[in-house]
Amino acid sequence: MRRIISVLLENEPGALSRVVGLFSQRNYNIETLTVAPTEDETLSRLTVTTSGSDKVIEQITKQLNKLIEVVKLVDLTEGAHIERELMLVKLKATGSQRAEIKRTVDIFRGQIVDVTSSVYTVQLSGNSEKLDGFIQAIGTSGVLEVVRSGVSGIARGEKVLSL
Amino acid sequence: MELLSGADMLIRSLQDEGIEYIYGYPGGAALHIYDALFRQDKVKHILVRHEQAAVHMADGYARATGLPGTVLVTSGPGATNTITGIATAFMDSIPLVVLCGQVASTLIGEDAFQETDMIGVSRPVVKHNLSVRHPEEIPGIIRKAYYIAATGRPGPVVVDIPKDMTTPNERYEYVFPKKVKLRSYNPAIRGHAGQIKKAVDMLMAAKRPIIYAGGGVILGKATDQLTELVRMLGYPITNTLMGIGCYPASDRQHLGWLGMHGTYESNMAMHHSDLILCVGARFDDRVTNATEKFCPGARIVHIDIDPASISKTIDADVPIVGPVDAVLKEMITLVRESKEKPDADAIAAWWKQIEEWRAFHGMRYETSPDVIKPQEVVEALCRLTNGEAFVTSDVGQHQMFAAQYYKFDRPNRWINSGGLGTMGFGLPAAMGVKLTHPDDEVLCITGEGSIQMNIQELSTCKQYNLPVKIINLNNQALGMVKQWQDMNYESRHAESYMGSLPDFIKLAEAYGHVGVRIDRKEDLEPKLKEVLAMKDDLVFVDIYVDRFEHVYPMQVARGSMKDMWLSKTERV
Ligand SMILES: Cc1ncc(C[n+]2csc(CCOP(=O)(O)OP(=O)(O)O)c2C)c(N)n1
Ligand SMILES: [Mg+2]
Repeated sequence: MRRIISVLLENEPGALSRVVGLFSQRNYNIETLTVAPTEDETLSRLTVTTSGSDKVIEQITKQLNKLIEVVKLVDLTEGAHIERELMLVKLKATGSQRAEIKRTVDIFRGQIVDVTSSVYTVQLSGNSEKLDGFIQAIGTSGVLEVVRSGVSGIARGEKVLSL
Repeated sequence: MELLSGADMLIRSLQDEGIEYIYGYPGGAALHIYDALFRQDKVKHILVRHEQAAVHMADGYARATGLPGTVLVTSGPGATNTITGIATAFMDSIPLVVLCGQVASTLIGEDAFQETDMIGVSRPVVKHNLSVRHPEEIPGIIRKAYYIAATGRPGPVVVDIPKDMTTPNERYEYVFPKKVKLRSYNPAIRGHAGQIKKAVDMLMAAKRPIIYAGGGVILGKATDQLTELVRMLGYPITNTLMGIGCYPASDRQHLGWLGMHGTYESNMAMHHSDLILCVGARFDDRVTNATEKFCPGARIVHIDIDPASISKTIDADVPIVGPVDAVLKEMITLVRESKEKPDADAIAAWWKQIEEWRAFHGMRYETSPDVIKPQEVVEALCRLTNGEAFVTSDVGQHQMFAAQYYKFDRPNRWINSGGLGTMGFGLPAAMGVKLTHPDDEVLCITGEGSIQMNIQELSTCKQYNLPVKIINLNNQALGMVKQWQDMNYESRHAESYMGSLPDFIKLAEAYGHVGVRIDRKEDLEPKLKEVLAMKDDLVFVDIYVDRFEHVYPMQVARGSMKDMWLSKTERV
């Protein structure tokens, strides 16, 4: 099953490589990975999406917790949560395509953030399925370039991941 | 206020940490540190002949004393040469601090002379690693390194020290921190009371219980608590290769060790048990055999300091995360106060069954009138040293024979590379033990393949007068490899024959030691006696043993615990 694991990590050189190394060393897969400092500059927040049996996921969280620089972590998929991913897409947009693309972008609540005579650059955010859906709707033949940020997530309600 | 250079701070920190010995080898990036070492006399340095041996030596010391070992090497090749030693310690959870020189911070990333990314290279085989970014950090980093290495589930810690962090004429205030606090690292200090209660209830209700103990009992210094609990319950106990000595081998309740080459009775008892109390072991594949066939009727209580070891390969019904000594202590109290008592009839029937297994096989081998059997060498050694020697080993058949036929009643005396299985471990490990236990007998039981992987350390032994006894069970083959080829490859002995062996007697003599050859059965015991009487000499004893012997029992590949070969022809 797909999981979103969110980690508070000491913001120190080498900490990220330990997390990534752990995944490859133990044969766990990483689907997406995002990391950035938090409001507390000594901490980074890292979100990783992965998949595996319950047993594998249990091992992943335990092994992550064992890393000295991991301060805290939560498996967001265990409870209600919000997940978002940002996507920037360059699309071929000429002639009648332009209006068509514009309509699709509106339906997906995206924005056209850059325009040339033949290209639209679209920004879209949402959960990963929505982003997949957009690409599908547009059709891959018109897609020139895709950049996805990877998933970020946060628990719903009053639960927080902090020190 | 005391001002010291980074190099002096490093050595001062080692002194303040109470470090007596470090094992190492100098080189460019570590020269400021070596100079600081030269200008003091509290921390003693042992110069090995290969950095891998420095790590094994520190490791042997750590296993014998329960204290962290310390290594000092230079950057690049000095550092990379330590990797096998570090991985060996990592797999067996041995506390070490490995101090590595590094090129100056200004050169890092430029492929400078003898630059290796030691933080990256060591990452998968360390508990943690740290690099120094400012000389003032050194005392704090050293304190932290030992703290991390020795607490929780112990392990090796690498400290990377760029040369410009130790520059002699740049001095900073020296402050050795009294305490270490890490917000992200807090090993458990006790187990969950509710879980412990549940475990005790299950122990009392069990009809076919067995205690399965591992190296964690020795590392966690919990042999007394384990022995007390096991005696109180009157239940059978087995242990892993790493757990040898955690419970007296000569005691009736002890079934010997389990797993691939474990005793028939311990593997049978595990397979047929209804409750396994696992204490500080990790259901390693050399123990469980095929996990899907593992002990079908058993419920499992698993005590471990490392939560990741629990339910990793075999699911635990009752996981208990905590230090084994503290958890066992609570269990002892609960057992003592418990209104429920073990089911005497069921336990008696269980023991009857176990005694039948024990009588059916036990540990046995066939002797021969003219050839020396490796097993009888180990038995003779055990007799002649009253089972009280420190025994290190290498990896192969000789290791298994040593573990099977030397009976250890005490912890910290059986010293081997169980997890990584590192040939070349035995001699340097024995040296680390001998250095700090000069009055104890220290035997290195090895094979002619393994001993040649760190043979150069005979020179170190001469320099520091380390009269260990090297017992070379010479079968003129990479015996364990050959055994597998006999069993699985129709005896096609691909590269398992060791041709052109050196004359080990002359070799020992060339290094300034004594060499003794034993090739006749009748000489075995008298000559071993003579060897053991040479208290002040390192003696290399080259013993020609049966070249065709196999190690048994041996679990059948991909079978359950109870599927074993008992000899070349008997399979159960
Ligand atoms: C460094 C290393 N290389 C290879 C192996 C694989 N291996 C395991 S046992 C063995 C044979 C060891 O031969 P020897 O030391 O003579 O012991 P014997 O089995 O003959 O008693 C080998 C090659 C290993 N364990 N370690
Ligand atoms: Mg051999």
